[in-house]
Amino acid sequence: MKKNTRIARILTAILALSLIAAACGGSDDTAELEIGSASTETTTANTDEPTAAPVQVSADEPDAPVIGFADEGCPTLTLATYDSFVVSEGLFKIFTDDTCIEVEQVAAGDAGQLVSSSILTKDNPTADVMFGIDNTFLQRGLDADLFLPYESALLASVDSVLQLDPEFRVTPMDYSDVCVNYWIDALPGAVPTTLDDLVDPVNEGQFVTENPETSSPGFAFLLATIAAYGEDGWEDYWRALVDNGLAVTPGWSEAYYGEFIAGGGDRSIVTSYASSPPAEVIFADPPVDSAPSGVLFDSCFRQVEFAGILAGTEFPSSSQQLIDFMLSAEFQEDIPLNMFVYPANGNAELPPEFVEYGVLADNPATLEPSEIEANRQDWIERWTEIVLG
Amino acid sequence: MKHLRGGGFALVPAVFVGVFFAYPIATLLARGLGIDASRLFDVVTGTRFLKTIWFTTWQAFASTMLTALVAMPLTWAVANRSFRGRRVARVLVTVPFVLPTIVVAGAFIAVMDSVGLEAGALRSRHTIWAILAAHVFFNIAVFVRTVGGFWTQLDRRPEEAARTLGASPLRTFREVTLPRLWPSIAAALTVVFLFCFTSFAIILRLGGLGRASIETEIFRYAISLNDISTAAALSMVQMVAVVALVGLNGWLQGRLKGRQGLVVDRGLPSTSARQRISLGVIVFGTAVLLAVPLVVLIERSFSHGDGYSFGNYAALTDRVRLLPISALRALGNSLTFAVAAAGIALLIGGLASLAIVHGSRGVSRLLDLGMLLPLGTSAVTLGFGVLIALDRGVLDLRGSWWIVPITQSLIAIPFVVRGVVPVLRAIDPKLRDAASTLGASPLVVRREIDLRIGSRALANGVGFAFAISLGEFGATSFVGRQPDTLTVPLAINRLLATPGDLLRGQAMALSVILMIVTTLVVLIGDRLHPSSGGML
Repeated sequence: MKKNTRIARILTAILALSLIAAACGGSDDTAELEIGSASTETTTANTDEPTAAPVQVSADEPDAPVIGFADEGCPTLTLATYDSFVVSEGLFKIFTDDTCIEVEQVAAGDAGQLVSSSILTKDNPTADVMFGIDNTFLQRGLDADLFLPYESALLASVDSVLQLDPEFRVTPMDYSDVCVNYWIDALPGAVPTTLDDLVDPVNEGQFVTENPETSSPGFAFLLATIAAYGEDGWEDYWRALVDNGLAVTPGWSEAYYGEFIAGGGDRSIVTSYASSPPAEVIFADPPVDSAPSGVLFDSCFRQVEFAGILAGTEFPSSSQQLIDFMLSAEFQEDIPLNMFVYPANGNAELPPEFVEYGVLADNPATLEPSEIEANRQDWIERWTEIVLG
Repeated sequence: MKHLRGGGFALVPAVFVGVFFAYPIATLLARGLGIDASRLFDVVTGTRFLKTIWFTTWQAFASTMLTALVAMPLTWAVANRSFRGRRVARVLVTVPFVLPTIVVAGAFIAVMDSVGLEAGALRSRHTIWAILAAHVFFNIAVFVRTVGGFWTQLDRRPEEAARTLGASPLRTFREVTLPRLWPSIAAALTVVFLFCFTSFAIILRLGGLGRASIETEIFRYAISLNDISTAAALSMVQMVAVVALVGLNGWLQGRLKGRQGLVVDRGLPSTSARQRISLGVIVFGTAVLLAVPLVVLIERSFSHGDGYSFGNYAALTDRVRLLPISALRALGNSLTFAVAAAGIALLIGGLASLAIVHGSRGVSRLLDLGMLLPLGTSAVTLGFGVLIALDRGVLDLRGSWWIVPITQSLIAIPFVVRGVVPVLRAIDPKLRDAASTLGASPLVVRREIDLRIGSRALANGVGFAFAISLGEFGATSFVGRQPDTLTVPLAINRLLATPGDLLRGQAMALSVILMIVTTLVVLIGDRLHPSSGGML
């Protein structure tokens, strides 16, 4: 019996130690129970480097020497992305061959999870560069001081409309539109061309969208309606949608593959992406000649994705080179067929399927990132009351 | 009575759970709760929150009861009658368990569509019955294999005595068998309840909107609203509920402790013609319930172009542009992770079971709780806890290969423990005493008695661990991962997130492959069991 009481005490001690370690480790980096490491931690970030002024890279090509920081040797950079980030094999090897910098990737769930976990691990980040924060989460990342500013020379090739941060803390990488799609052959009436057509009785019971709380395209569509009808009008619009037989699903795949014609459902109008019609052609089975679905341009909301150098990185100079590489035409041209979005670099060539079947709105709706972040919760709560209440 | 070094077994499991679970969770809670206590108070006392707790609890309870009800006939059949296809039935029941929930949700919706339940507004489809049915579908395996395994080894003599004394079969079952089965039933139902309590994807996808569980709320606060403190508070509530439940279970089990007299092998009576009919009805009925969604799945995987072909399967060998690696490689990854996770679960679960059974009451209770808690903890909390806690020096496992099987094993270990402990507890101590008297050292007693009698339950539990790891999605997606360690559930999820029939067909094909692999593994595992020799 004695042995077992001793064991019980040891167990309690272990549990207690864990809690103490947690309490100490949680505050700042003076954790008393640091196991193992010598402290070459990067948590005391930015003691040498200026954070206020953006660093200028005076080079015309991406592989010209970088001025301004000490040589970092040939480090291995970690690139944090969301799960669905894909590039062709060998692409990063080109970068490594040019610069001797290795790139390792870490995937962290979807875009929302990526941002949340980056903010959580700010003091001891898992990566050097992040790819995948989008304009709806941008303000959150900026408010949390996640990034080191860097103005890449290649930004000259990027449309200024995409450069949402005047302080260059993030660099635009790609963009797409979230738009309402319709299945051409299944529409009950004329092809819808405006948002108002969705509340037209001829389209009753045809529209399905996603819950903005749990779905990124669903949220983008909500933002599109707010941008279109303003703070005073969007709630009435949604009431009208509900009266017209609106359906709502928790996520994109339930909407597209569950309710929409594409998946065997019976609704002909769905909130999806501008890149969905090209995808319907590329991945058609059996092959088709023309896109079976179309895009309602009036409903499009621009989504821009960014990359940024995380503030805790040990290799700011190398990270800058990685950003330059990802903004280069070579990398940008790889993006469309792998991730189904459009490249930010205007000089990048689009694949033929995108040229032929792809559509982009000329005038998509946008909202300021700061406005989105400030009102997000409020808007979602009010939406929930109107649509689900 | 000598408790032969029982507590000593507890050390390794305790350290494992302490480092990989308690420390990350405690770190996250400390960080989260330190931030904004007043907002916390507002949330916790709000009506939405109370409604959420209520809904989560009663749907888990209802799912559990329904599972027991639906699974019991098949469990009886599998444990007490020998019939052709018995082994297959037992293996097939495990298949739903391994499927990613997104696939099952899709199959359920398709089934409901074809039966005509889709007409009208969305909400008529997404009812509570869909959630309950999906939960039962998943969890039948837990009940049948855990209770079935235990029942198979139960000595039949008390029942035979009761029958000789004139009791009807029903009465025998109610008054003799059920009390003896109770520890195993309670263990299985605890796990099922916890599973349903923390269910995420099923409630999100099949429950429609306006049905929030604690788990979906934690996700909402942590990710959509970036409100870690509220998410942490909800996590605490979840864990308190788990602790309360486990305490209740422990109390209930304590009241019904008894010697059940387990044996290693037990002959099964052959079935008469009349019994065969009722047997057939039970097995067939349950099989149909389970099979319908699976058949839908298989049908979809073969539909290619305008007809049926193996096209989707062939496409899996190449890399689809959307995935960083080919689907076959993802399968390889999943299998490797599963082997590692099952190995960890075997080691830690086995040691923990021994410690729980032979250790003192304090050690036993604490360890039991510690093992079970990860199952009742949100994947979000666990994942985020790992990110901020395991970030220095030797413990910096973020983005490493091992963190995936380790987190998966945390969820699988309770299955091992809950299966093995009732079996070990039910061993007649006289058996061990007899062995000691005959000169066996404590270690030999452990090996010859505990290990042999408990080995079936252990193999069972490890089989579960393997299946859980293969189908695991939540924790895997929250801990940072190298892209070329993509697993099959993540690949399926990705394929279903882009338009195109080709991709959907491939996702279905991948799901079917997952089903086949699991079936094979479980089948092999069952065959390898030492005392199988013709028996289950």
